[in-house]
Amino acid sequence: MPNPFSVNTSLQDNLSVINLNGYLDAHTAPRFEEVVQSEIEAGHYRIIVNCEGLTYISSAGLGVFMSFIEEIRDQGGDIKICGLTPKVRQVFDILGFPAIFDLCDDYPGAVRRFAEAPVRED
Amino acid sequence: MDPIERKFTLHVPSSTENLALIREFVSSIGTQAGLDETGVAELELAVDEACANVIEHAYGHDATKEVVVRATFDGAALHINVVDTGRGFDPDSVPQEELNRLVGGRKSGGLGLRLIKSLMDEVRYEIEPGKKNELHMIKRIKK
Repeated sequence: MPNPFSVNTSLQDNLSVINLNGYLDAHTAPRFEEVVQSEIEAGHYRIIVNCEGLTYISSAGLGVFMSFIEEIRDQGGDIKICGLTPKVRQVFDILGFPAIFDLCDDYPGAVRRFAEAPVRED
Repeated sequence: MDPIERKFTLHVPSSTENLALIREFVSSIGTQAGLDETGVAELELAVDEACANVIEHAYGHDATKEVVVRATFDGAALHINVVDTGRGFDPDSVPQEELNRLVGGRKSGGLGLRLIKSLMDEVRYEIEPGKKNELHMIKRIKK
């Protein structure tokens, strides 16, 4: 059975944008992890993860955000997450992710958030 | 009169590539059982998490092993059993760490179990050492 998951990145206005599409589960999360790792290795610590095309997420996908956020913030950067559909947003909410991550409504909101608060202050 | 009880079973090789197939299986059954859209999505995620745990932890990604998902429903509730013969563990022994203590870890650190307990109405684990492990989950069907 095909896994309709894809991930692509672009660099816009000094921000790394990672677009997620399809299913992010234990099978596809390693591909997302590799992409975030590549951005870090390239010295890109200001990352927007655009989830507009993400139809499903499980804890394996959420674990990728968890595993990198500390390292990225230590480097003065952040991950801003945007475009969550209600179904995907529910999973973030159940696990209490809004207390740790900046969740923005849409891509322009995430860009604005970087301008206002490059690193989340807790 | 109570509706007839319906039973379904899925056997798949223990590989994460089969998680999408498992989700389709339980989504279809959830819809047949009369769960609403939110209920089906919750069921799909809980069973995905349970099966991912089996594939990764109980069987250590050994695709020669088999994950079994059994579903039974009547008018009141949908029962899901995820069965494996791998390394069993008691989910109650997994500490529920505060989320901010999991930050920086390379593991999802019990997030899957946390989701399962949030999404299902009842969760019970039965271990028969050396024989099988069975995670029993119940989703009640709202009238």
